[in-house]
Amino acid sequence: MPVELAFAIEVLIAGLLSGVMYSLVALGFVLIFKASGVFNFAQGAMVLFAALTFVRILEMGVNFWLAIAIALAVMILLAVIIERVMLRPLVAQPVIILFMATIGLNYFLEGLAQGIWDSQVHGLDIGIPDVPWMSILESTNILISLFDVWTAVICGVLVLFLAFFFQKGRIGRALRAVADDNQAAMSVGIPLQLIWAIVWAAAGMVALVAGAIWGQRLGVQFSISLVALKALPVLILGGFNSIAGAIIGGLIIGASEKLAEVYLGPIIGGGIESWAAYFIAMLFLIVRPQGLFGEKIIERV
Amino acid sequence: MLYRETGQFKTSYKKDMAIFPIRQDRWALIATLIFVVVGVPLLATEHVIAGYLIPLLIWAIAAIGLNILTGYTGQLSLGHGAFMAVGAYSAYNLAARVPEIPIILVFLLAGLIAAIFGVLVGSPSLRIKGFYLAVATLAAQFFVEWVFATFPWFVGGAASMVIDTPKMTIFGYQITTTLDNYYLVLGFVVVGTLYAKNLVRSEIGRAWMAIRDMDVAAEVIGIRPLYTKLSAFAVSSFYGGVAGALYAFCYVKSVDFTAFDLFVSLKVLFMIIIGGMGSILGCFLGAAFIVVLPIILNEIAHLFAGQIPSAMLSNIEHMIFGGLIIFFLIVEPHGLARLWMTAKEKLRLWPFPH
Amino acid sequence: MATEHQSETLLKVDAISLSFGGVHALVDVSFDIQKGEIFSIIGPNGAGKSSMLNVINGVYQPTQGTITYKGEVRQGMRPHEAAVQGIARTFQNVALFKGMNTIDNLMTGRNLKMKSNLLMQGFYWGPAQNEEIVHRQAVENIIDFLEIQSIRKTPVGRLPYGLQKRVELGRALAAEPTLLLLDEPMAGMNLEEKENTCRFILDVNEELGTTIVLIEHDMSVVMDISDRVIVLDYGRKISEGAPDTVRNDQKVIDAYLGVAH
Repeated sequence: MPVELAFAIEVLIAGLLSGVMYSLVALGFVLIFKASGVFNFAQGAMVLFAALTFVRILEMGVNFWLAIAIALAVMILLAVIIERVMLRPLVAQPVIILFMATIGLNYFLEGLAQGIWDSQVHGLDIGIPDVPWMSILESTNILISLFDVWTAVICGVLVLFLAFFFQKGRIGRALRAVADDNQAAMSVGIPLQLIWAIVWAAAGMVALVAGAIWGQRLGVQFSISLVALKALPVLILGGFNSIAGAIIGGLIIGASEKLAEVYLGPIIGGGIESWAAYFIAMLFLIVRPQGLFGEKIIERV
Repeated sequence: MLYRETGQFKTSYKKDMAIFPIRQDRWALIATLIFVVVGVPLLATEHVIAGYLIPLLIWAIAAIGLNILTGYTGQLSLGHGAFMAVGAYSAYNLAARVPEIPIILVFLLAGLIAAIFGVLVGSPSLRIKGFYLAVATLAAQFFVEWVFATFPWFVGGAASMVIDTPKMTIFGYQITTTLDNYYLVLGFVVVGTLYAKNLVRSEIGRAWMAIRDMDVAAEVIGIRPLYTKLSAFAVSSFYGGVAGALYAFCYVKSVDFTAFDLFVSLKVLFMIIIGGMGSILGCFLGAAFIVVLPIILNEIAHLFAGQIPSAMLSNIEHMIFGGLIIFFLIVEPHGLARLWMTAKEKLRLWPFPH
Repeated sequence: MATEHQSETLLKVDAISLSFGGVHALVDVSFDIQKGEIFSIIGPNGAGKSSMLNVINGVYQPTQGTITYKGEVRQGMRPHEAAVQGIARTFQNVALFKGMNTIDNLMTGRNLKMKSNLLMQGFYWGPAQNEEIVHRQAVENIIDFLEIQSIRKTPVGRLPYGLQKRVELGRALAAEPTLLLLDEPMAGMNLEEKENTCRFILDVNEELGTTIVLIEHDMSVVMDISDRVIVLDYGRKISEGAPDTVRNDQKVIDAYLGVAH
């Protein structure tokens, strides 16, 4: 295979694999958006909080799986507290108020995470080696990191699990009812509070996985809270309320971002990954304002 | 007793439609003006003026801008920092490259350039709404940060990407002292506030609020949605641009892209939420809150100095800040300005509330 | 039938169809509205009455058919262009600007007529100020006409439903429309409020010569004040004519009145 082509495929695959990661983070946003109409700005702080909790427990010498379980329990507890203290009193407020509250929560969690633990950089090894996939490299000349493949598999499984969990069955039906009209859902006896706590807990779980994977790459530190912002273009592309959109959107953004960075970046000055994905998403938005899978809303008057 | 309208009859619509129709309000305003022009320089130390009052006033201008877009027109923006940055860099380049332009004009032109940029950012607003638009403004924020962090041309080629602002002269008078800077900023604040107050009570202000409250009905009554939204973007980013220019020239005295990052956008958003969306007075209250809160937290921190490490203090500061925001939203989602209004309404009827 | 002497067609609806996805809200509906008449659209819930109004003032674009207004065929007209052309309306669910007071809500109805630019408005100078005052005068006349003086400066969100409907009517009147579309202006009102609203509608029609299209569920009101009536059922026109003609139309009785009474 020619080197250029191999390289292009390499970039594309790396992009798609990191796209799975975006899908996962985007799913955290989508679940909360579906359940409460709120864009959760604190998702990034939750990633930081989860990752720090996990890494510090690991550093205490706790067994890997136990540490994950404890961190998960902490995130669920956090979700319950958020629902009780913050969401419940704001239930009848306009969404912009709830959105602002999540920004406040963002600050609070950043302070809390670094206050309880610390603001050092912590190395994290989740046991997946960051080495090339040798058999592929030898046979096709394409370099793919095994780490990327494994994380994509983990995220993929989690994404499918969450998508299934929230699409089918009782919880899924309740979630869709709440997404449609939370007052009406409440009046037919769907426990809004419980649904909110569940989706926030799911978002916490997503944050933990994202934090652990990114933590190995970048070290667990403040800057991984910014990772969540990278998932926002995925939301634009896929629609804020579409689970399928989050999955496909993540793949598209991941791939096109990598391609743009490698082929366009050098031409216009480098470092474009901070906004290239947004730009792609915006172009798309002009053509299809409701996103890939969002429903076209007919305004009734 | 003091705050009552009894006996103040408005005999023409002109009087009823005056900017401050209640006599006591006018007196309070005049007293405040006298105080900030004469009293502050006499009473406040240079440290207070340079460190707190000047930024407070500048933040108030920025907040008025964002409030016009978000509070009055209902278009959520996370990119106000970008508009401020465009204003600051425009002002620097105008002042440094064409020194003949009078500095006041430089600030106004910087505002205009920011306004043009704002219209560009706002142009998809006809088709995209709500959080989609918010993320679009976020895109503008990151793009602007990247541009000013990447191309040294904007800072006259300085490799550090940071540059001091040039000296300012007005009609041959050099702006040097803290007080000079204070009066310059104050001038912009007074004119800018009156201008904004007039806009929001005129035809365009009603159009903005109509779009905010119910855009379909607004269009049916004959309000052009695109023009109205874009005019809000333009005016909003004009204020943002002027605020950014003043921030660079009169407060930090340098142009630096890190001064206008996403967290600046969020900070201004906080000001209008805490102060009150859709209230000009609220912009000042919110700015004051955001400027004063860290000072208070700092003072409290001093009490524990030595006992708690400073990293911990900054974390606690974050937590208190975030916690207060949530607390505020729960207790009074309409902001300080609403509390003030309620107090005034009670006062009007006092001591006979029924 | 329509008033026979020197009737002049203001609005001609020709073979309009409207569908959302697979749902047919309107199917091949045609009718004319004469200048100066009170024209009512009735029909059971979901018959497509509100959709019809939405098509007339450009909120929805029809899937098929044409609308001719003041002798001109309109193509893809947006709501604000319809407003420029003198079409005003009220909504089935009150669509007031909740954050504003009564005066400001009514003043938005005058926005189209105001010409000052941003710069003049910001400084509130000369022409801008005079313009505000002239239009305030006009709005005050409407406030007097609708007898809502006491709620001038009340934020409309705090008003009871009936008053909100009246303010909404005021906002539409403030635009001095040629054609006024009223979507259930009396829904949820008590008898006295209904009588008042009827009186306002008749006054507007007689004194200002405004043509009125009315959607209303209260049959006695419709039969009393309408010049002509059409009946929609499942998006199709099933009857048209003077109130008496419609009242005795067997199809109408089957589809609608028979169920209601």
